[in-house]
Amino acid sequence: MNTALSWIKAYVPDLSCTDQEYFDAMTLSGTKVEGYERLDKNLEKIVIGQITKIERHPDADKLIVCQVNIGKETIQIVTGAPNVKEGDKVPVVLDGGKVAGGHDGGPLPEAGIKIKAGKLRGVESMGMMCSIEELGSSRDMYPEAPQDGIYIFPQDAETGADAVEALGLRDTVFEYEITSNRVDCYSILGIAREAAATFRKDYVPPVVTVHDNGEDVNDYVSVEVKDTDLCSRYCARVCKNIKIAPSPRWMQRRLAAAGIRPINNLVDITNYVMAEYGQPMHAFDLDKVAGHKIIVRRAKDGDTFQTLDGQMRKLDSEVLMICDAEKEIGIAGIMGGENSKITDEVKTVLFEAATFNGPNIRKSAKRIGMRTEASGIFEKGLDPVNAAAAIDRACQLIEELACGEVVGGMVDVCEPIAPLRHIPFEPEKINRFLGTEVSREEMLSIFKMLELSYDETANEIEIPSFRQDLEGFADIAEEVARFFGYDKIPTTLPSGEATAGKISFKGRIEEIARDVAEYCGFSQGMCYSFESPKVFDKLLLSKDSALRSAVTISNPLGEDYSIMRTTPLNGMLTSLATNYNRRNKDVRLYELGNIYLPKALPLTELPDERMQFTLGFYGEGDFFAMKGVVEEFLEHVGMKKKPSYDPKAGLSFLHPGRQANVVYDKKVIGYLGEVHPKVADNYNIGTRVYVAVLDMPQIVEVSTFDRKYEGIAKYPSVTRDISMVVPKDVLVGEIEAMIAQRGGKILESYALFDIYEGAQIQEGYKSVAYSITFRAKDRTLEDVDITAAMKKILNGLESLGIMLRA
Amino acid sequence: MKEKLAKIREEVLGQIEASQSLEKLNEVRVSALGKKGALTELLKGMKDVLPADRPKVGQMVNEVRAEIEKALEGEKEKLEAALREARLASEVIDVTLPAKKNKTGHRHPNTIALEEVERIFVGMGYEVVEGPEVEKDYYNFEALNIPKDHPARDEQDTFYINDEIVLRTQTSPVQVRTMEQGKLPIRMIAPGRVFRSDEVDATHSPSFHQIEGLVIDKHITFADLKGTLAQFAKELFGEDTKVKFRPHHFPFTEPSAEVDVSCFKCGGKGCRFCKGSGWIEILGCGMVHPRVLSMSGIDPEEYSGFAFGVGLERIALLKYEIDDMRLLYENDERFLKQF
Repeated sequence: MNTALSWIKAYVPDLSCTDQEYFDAMTLSGTKVEGYERLDKNLEKIVIGQITKIERHPDADKLIVCQVNIGKETIQIVTGAPNVKEGDKVPVVLDGGKVAGGHDGGPLPEAGIKIKAGKLRGVESMGMMCSIEELGSSRDMYPEAPQDGIYIFPQDAETGADAVEALGLRDTVFEYEITSNRVDCYSILGIAREAAATFRKDYVPPVVTVHDNGEDVNDYVSVEVKDTDLCSRYCARVCKNIKIAPSPRWMQRRLAAAGIRPINNLVDITNYVMAEYGQPMHAFDLDKVAGHKIIVRRAKDGDTFQTLDGQMRKLDSEVLMICDAEKEIGIAGIMGGENSKITDEVKTVLFEAATFNGPNIRKSAKRIGMRTEASGIFEKGLDPVNAAAAIDRACQLIEELACGEVVGGMVDVCEPIAPLRHIPFEPEKINRFLGTEVSREEMLSIFKMLELSYDETANEIEIPSFRQDLEGFADIAEEVARFFGYDKIPTTLPSGEATAGKISFKGRIEEIARDVAEYCGFSQGMCYSFESPKVFDKLLLSKDSALRSAVTISNPLGEDYSIMRTTPLNGMLTSLATNYNRRNKDVRLYELGNIYLPKALPLTELPDERMQFTLGFYGEGDFFAMKGVVEEFLEHVGMKKKPSYDPKAGLSFLHPGRQANVVYDKKVIGYLGEVHPKVADNYNIGTRVYVAVLDMPQIVEVSTFDRKYEGIAKYPSVTRDISMVVPKDVLVGEIEAMIAQRGGKILESYALFDIYEGAQIQEGYKSVAYSITFRAKDRTLEDVDITAAMKKILNGLESLGIMLRA
Repeated sequence: MKEKLAKIREEVLGQIEASQSLEKLNEVRVSALGKKGALTELLKGMKDVLPADRPKVGQMVNEVRAEIEKALEGEKEKLEAALREARLASEVIDVTLPAKKNKTGHRHPNTIALEEVERIFVGMGYEVVEGPEVEKDYYNFEALNIPKDHPARDEQDTFYINDEIVLRTQTSPVQVRTMEQGKLPIRMIAPGRVFRSDEVDATHSPSFHQIEGLVIDKHITFADLKGTLAQFAKELFGEDTKVKFRPHHFPFTEPSAEVDVSCFKCGGKGCRFCKGSGWIEILGCGMVHPRVLSMSGIDPEEYSGFAFGVGLERIALLKYEIDDMRLLYENDERFLKQF
């Protein structure tokens, strides 16, 4: 909301402060100022001058030479403007002064334009006469300014006086950010009331008196509200003998500063009252209102209606309409109809000021697809008392501006207005709550400034109707805090029972995941939680894959962000692809983020959110490098058992011969593998990519920080190497499982040291060699121990079809 | 005998001095002291010495032997030292050659900022908790005093799954979930991902992170809120940081405030970074609305509390001077490696 400070000062006459002081103080008392702009920015040394004589330029057809009286002296100015004549009073910028812009009305240069005396085609010119554009404004805001030429003041303007002042530009426009609870502050009067309280000055609102013509409005119009749930008050007044004309300059200036284009006296009055009172109003041409009757009722499903912007609008039975005896003439609170629009021929005007149901207006505006300034205000829920005040103010202005004649009385169809709210006054409790020592008297003086009255006998604060946001104790405390000053409230730390700060066990496991990944060269990425359903095809998921049942967003930013991800792979592959396309070498990324698995679709309860630890890389490294990172992590979170790897993971997006489920304690806790070349292709990655995904909830369940010292071996170990001929389809994992199972208590470790397929080995076999190490905790092992253990192992291996190599 | 001894001594000592290498020195040692060495040979002639003189001669021989051994040892040390020097001299490296680094990864700037915030609050006795990202409308809105059709719902453009389930627009629902557990007092922070239907640009993302804070106890005051957040700001942005509380409105707190910190680039004088104002807005906060307390089963007559919400990306962007929010979600390694 933009407002000239002069308009606020009109109702806080004693207010005197700099722009910056106003900015700071208002922001600190809760009326946040977003910024401000001086209207006289870059306007320097500009006075009102009167042209006393015009001569042709001796050497230029399009230029004239003017003698201009600027009060104390007369100066010579050369101009090319076509519209000036002798006797005109014009804005003149003197030598060394500044104007805000060029005459073309283009964007204003930040530093303005300096004007210097000089010669134009050999004739001296001591300054410049200005157009409204050069003064930084426009004909929208100054409709009386000529289209192409110098601005002309009315004849009563004082020669030599400050032209900027005379144009009403010695002013500052403030932009406010009004919070949704303070609907009363979407108005000049609301802000003026806050300003008065902030600066502890008197608030002097306009005194509204309407003389009227002695006739009775009921003879002109009747009003029936059928749907009172959506319209709690409807006020109507009538003005006749309307004379459409421009509104006075003071009104035009105030509207213009607020960003509202002046149109004519009637439109300007409704806009002016909306700005001043925060009550949107509507004006109907009464002669177009059939039966001179207003009916307020819901539309019917399927109705259409032409709004005054010429658009056809689709209606439904929840949209409230203003109708006459025959037809619909306006969408309540949103926009009037083409069929009752005011034209310059209007004779009699019906003013409407109503209180509509806020949520209904909000929903209707959304459904119709038309949020107007009026609907934006109505939807916040207005004070019914204000409707009558605003319509009277409009009628007063009709009289003051001699725009017409006001018919006596007001048609007022009003639901019972809720009694004023009372809140107990508890100063000690307020101080306890705020941590302050504000005196009772100071609190009462704050309330008084805000027009909250104090009932001494009941010890209660009475809340005025325009402060519907004040509902209870905490709201009252806030009013005290705001005007006592948030900055004056002390700073303390909570007392009371000490609490232990901590990070959850899950959080600590995630921390280790980050640490291990980073030790291993992976950097942390972050991906969106929503993605495109096309992802499933990119990952070659089968049509019946469980991963395809995803939570769908009903109002996504677009299809590409429409489902909640069920796998972290797309994010990882997309990120790796970004790096690959940017030619980054050897990229390693990891992510800790949720996937969202619906328990049933459509969703009836919240989905299962599972944190996934995802690793991915391309460049240096292979499957086993990734496997190493996985095992490094599992060891660091205390998962001491050896994980096993099941190559029959059946994952469509991974290389069929280079993938495995990670199995821990018989449970699949994740998978790893090389990305299927077709999938890599789908992501435009032209190299091998490796990924691993670990399901953190399962890992958190079996992780532990318990560690026990197992002693350092005192007795020597014995190592035996065996070299085997192994059928090709026997996995090394099976050999290891056999060694582990058969090795007995004295088995310490085993390590693969050679694997070979080729010339010297018989077809269908491979050569595998292991070092097996034995050690006992309590003695030096003897040959017999080793031989027995080895025999068991070899017997077991034999059962797998394995032979010892000679 | 005596003369022979003197001659051997002289010869051997001369040889020791002349020996240029450890090998040579060893040869000298063998030729002098070995089984067939000069001194050994000399001792063989002992039988010709008068028995009465033998002890004296023996002593003389031993003295010469000791002298030779000492000389040998001394020369050995000298030669070894010289060798070591030569080796060291030959092993000089150019220490300005590039380092061989362990290729370690880097943490996301969001995480670095989050961990810093967590460290501060854990140190003040706060527990770090979590809540669901796909959330019930009740927790995201209604229990926070934002009923259906409340205008505040328009301020946060919400992604809906259906009428009852949304992508949470804020971490505040974790307040309600924590309070509902009924364990008092409460001091918690709840970091997490939130969603709003904003198109992606340099300052907006449809998915970002907040850190919620909640303290509930008897006698918690607005002054406590101020003190807590002032301390937080000092620890996060530096000891000289000043804090400004401006009244604001949130449906679930009353009184509410927005908090600015003095610009940590210019110290509050005003610069391009703080758009000349000297202040940077970092969070919203307030005293928990009594209605929110009651709805969560806490008696507002007995307990009070405060809550705050910080935008994690905002802190990360500010602290690390990142000028485009999109960088945070692109995962370009050249970006990530700078943190």
